[in-house]
Amino acid sequence: MSKANEVNLVDHGFMDARIKAIDIAAFLDRVQRAGQEDDYRVVALREALNHLLEEDPDRAKRVLLSLSDPTDKPIPVAPGKGAAGAWSG
Amino acid sequence: MRYIEPHAHMVSRTTDDYEKLITAGCEAVCEPAFWAGFDRASVEGFRDYYLQLTEYEPARAAKFGLPHYTWICLNPKEAEDLALAKDVLDIIPEFLDKPNVLGVGEIGLNKNSRNELEVLERHIEIAANRDELILVHTPHLEDKRKGTKLIIDALLNNPKVRPERVIIDHVEEHTIQLAMDKGFWAGMTLYPESKCTPARAVDMLELYGTNRIWMNCACDWGISDPLAVPKAIVEMRRRGHDQNVIDKVVYQNPHSFMSQCPKFQL
Repeated sequence: MSKANEVNLVDHGFMDARIKAIDIAAFLDRVQRAGQEDDYRVVALREALNHLLEEDPDRAKRVLLSLSDPTDKPIPVAPGKGAAGAWSG
Repeated sequence: MRYIEPHAHMVSRTTDDYEKLITAGCEAVCEPAFWAGFDRASVEGFRDYYLQLTEYEPARAAKFGLPHYTWICLNPKEAEDLALAKDVLDIIPEFLDKPNVLGVGEIGLNKNSRNELEVLERHIEIAANRDELILVHTPHLEDKRKGTKLIIDALLNNPKVRPERVIIDHVEEHTIQLAMDKGFWAGMTLYPESKCTPARAVDMLELYGTNRIWMNCACDWGISDPLAVPKAIVEMRRRGHDQNVIDKVVYQNPHSFMSQCPKFQL
């Protein structure tokens, strides 16, 4: 069903991607200046960012998998209700 | 443009939002039972909530000429207390017979715990024994991949479950294929901060096609947007998609899935 090749997707999405890239850079700068770059979420984010420069066009999937719990068994008890966005191990 | 909002928690929204939905072209809204942001202390708290979903909320929507349907369950966020969960499960069948109830949902997992899984399996049994439609909530963020796999295993372990009568909601790029490859429907939830943006949802439509898939806003008491589906329609238009294709995704598909329950009439 794709018609995406008929429109200029760079025109459509470049500015949005540009600001998100700068926001990520600024976030990493900010937490580093604050001495918080060792937080497991920041470490996981930096690891996930490695996938952005890979060649295969399934980067979003690999970023999501990188931030996911890789185990397969149910845990004994829920530690709470919320999720943090990165697996703490 | 006409569309169906197949997943919205209207009990959390103001009346203004009903006005926004119909102004944007919404022709029906469907509301799964969920966690209200705090734990209910007794089965009577759940009974009140189910009455709100089956009596009060459809009346509020009717003031705007908007059909309101709902789904009944105990949300996995409240599944750790097995004793309370059992009491709640006991009252669910009486609400499944209400005229605006489409099935059992949104059931699933949250933190992927053993008790959550046990309560999920009991919900699946109730639904399968009654041949009810099932709407599945998959976990958030880092818990989604694992939870989606556990949920699919639990569904397939019950021989009475028919995948074409189950929608796995909140899929993202790393879980959509897990759901669709097994014959389930897939729902993409459009959230400002988590789950999926309109642009990513349209990416997935382009990659995986428009069969057995819908989009929803899942607006609730958190950061969410009741007009997320119309904004995804705009994204599809800007990317050159045909009006008939858009209509299939935002109207015909949810209509087809939910029409498997004869109570769904538009």
